[in-house]
Amino acid sequence: MVEEEGFRRYIAHAILWIGIAIVAFPVYISVIASTQDNALIANGQMSLLPGGHFLETYYQTIFVGTSGSTREPVGNMMLNSLVMALAIAIGKIAISIISAYAIVYFRFPFRMPIFWIIFITLMLPVEVRIYPTYKIVADLHMLDSYAGLALPLIASATATLLFRQFFMTVPDELLEASRIDGAGPLRFFWDTLLPLSRTNMAALFVILFILGWNQYLWPLLITTRDDMQTIQVGIRKMITTTDALTEWPIVMATAVLAMLPPVFVVVVMQKLFVRGLVETEK
Amino acid sequence: MANVTLRNVRKTYQGGFEAIKGVNVDVADGQFCVLVGPSGCGKSTLLRMVAGLETVTGGEIDIGGRVVNQIEPADRDIAMVFQNYALYPHMSVYNNMAYGLRNRGMAEAEVKTRVDEAARVLELGAMLERKPRQLSGGQRQRVAMGRAIVRQPKVFLFDEPLSNLDAKLRIAMRVEIRKLQRRLKTTSIYVTHDQLEAMTLADILVVMNGGQVEQVGNPLAIYEKPATTFVASFIGAPPMNLMSIGSDEIKSQLGGSATDAGILGIRPEDFVITDQTPAGGVALPLTVEAIERVGAETFIYGSRAQDAQRIAANPGELPPGEVIVRVPGTEAPAIGAKIRVAAVRTKLHLFSGDGRTRIEA
Repeated sequence: MVEEEGFRRYIAHAILWIGIAIVAFPVYISVIASTQDNALIANGQMSLLPGGHFLETYYQTIFVGTSGSTREPVGNMMLNSLVMALAIAIGKIAISIISAYAIVYFRFPFRMPIFWIIFITLMLPVEVRIYPTYKIVADLHMLDSYAGLALPLIASATATLLFRQFFMTVPDELLEASRIDGAGPLRFFWDTLLPLSRTNMAALFVILFILGWNQYLWPLLITTRDDMQTIQVGIRKMITTTDALTEWPIVMATAVLAMLPPVFVVVVMQKLFVRGLVETEK
Repeated sequence: MANVTLRNVRKTYQGGFEAIKGVNVDVADGQFCVLVGPSGCGKSTLLRMVAGLETVTGGEIDIGGRVVNQIEPADRDIAMVFQNYALYPHMSVYNNMAYGLRNRGMAEAEVKTRVDEAARVLELGAMLERKPRQLSGGQRQRVAMGRAIVRQPKVFLFDEPLSNLDAKLRIAMRVEIRKLQRRLKTTSIYVTHDQLEAMTLADILVVMNGGQVEQVGNPLAIYEKPATTFVASFIGAPPMNLMSIGSDEIKSQLGGSATDAGILGIRPEDFVITDQTPAGGVALPLTVEAIERVGAETFIYGSRAQDAQRIAANPGELPPGEVIVRVPGTEAPAIGAKIRVAAVRTKLHLFSGDGRTRIEA
């Protein structure tokens, strides 16, 4: 039995390694390809070992862009993506926590219907309401602007729901103690509820930042100027060149660069997130 | 320093449920008032109305000569200690105590003086920088009390503050609360369901049941002369024996004076095992069913020969026909033995048939 268990363990590990290889190989290829000469790749002679064009390719990618028609430095695209992703993540958290606060702690007419309307919007992602959303943004002259990129994506039923559920677990006595201690609604929100929500906000930030960073359809639709392009849209435009050879090393370098911020956010925030889960504060 | 007066206070919830049905209580300046009653009797609701956390739907609440019905909790000059302490989990002990003072715009130097003084009194000096989760239950309780005393309010309100502590700590904290209150001489209202806590803490005891006050008074006076059968069985442990007076031996022993009474009450400790019947008193033959020895005293559970019919259902009530007798020491008759217990006339409590009125014979 012990033998068989050992054997099974090898099988299990082998399956895991195959899984890792399947996930990691494309990433590896991207990194390798970004260091090679374009002519070799175009000829189908790409080596699986790093080439010698690392610095040169990344310098061109970040500061110059492709030599073709959609010439735009990827550094600028990353800045656009970063602004959009941060605006979406921070905006969503800010709006959601405030609306959840209103729904949980205030008694106003049609409180529950309003909550359900927010809830129902879960069924209406951007893709479904894309025409009316586009129309509104266009009418507000927000095409080709950061506001146009971020604002329509800021309202979030998911985050509102999450904060609502969290607020409902906060003991009522804390609110009552605050009232007796002379803290009004804003003070209670700022001094007690926000600090208690820190870990929730960190977790949400990770999810929402990546969601914002990976937006494709919406930025594609509302940005026409090259200098407003986000990196996800930029990669796609680099690949389909009509008049020239696709510059694969630059495309791959862009893909690698597009991966870095989400990885960075996950790595940095994960510690905060896990610490938050271990140290319950209630 | 202030007195608290409740005048015909009522609370009706939106669904029409009447939680408080007209309560009149007068707590004098510096007194320790305890509201006691079974769960759901409205005692916590009443306290929360005094705090301003529940709206008042009828009557007046007066703190220090000012009707506070429409005044925000923060402006009532009260401080409250909650059952689950309600400490701010993300603030240090110091900040927990200082928060209410800072919100009132007090200078930081004065805040520090007050918090340090409270920490000294409550022996929290070494813990000021800790977070509540790093404290034990008893320490959290102290911080909650510290948060109340730094404010130097007119009235302290306690909402079952000791019920989350273990039995030993509860007794220690009970004594501490009493000492603290005597030193500060701050009018206090304390809610508990524990009749022992109520008896030991109160200057003035308010026994509540079903949203109404059953009896108000000095704890020992209530113990000696309960106004209703509810109070009789709620105050005192084990509870008073209540027996209906039919056309049986009890009636004949009581004689003519008990004609109006429907219920007879005798406390377990007022019985003696004897063959004699004291003049005007009551003697009962019992069969011993169970014995509980707790060291200093022994409880004998006996059943009467002929079962009396059931009396009004009250908490802690015995099954019909069962009688508890308390005897000092560990001497007790054997189970199954036939004994005769008697109580003297002055130890008898007589109530009307519905248990709502005490009859002085």
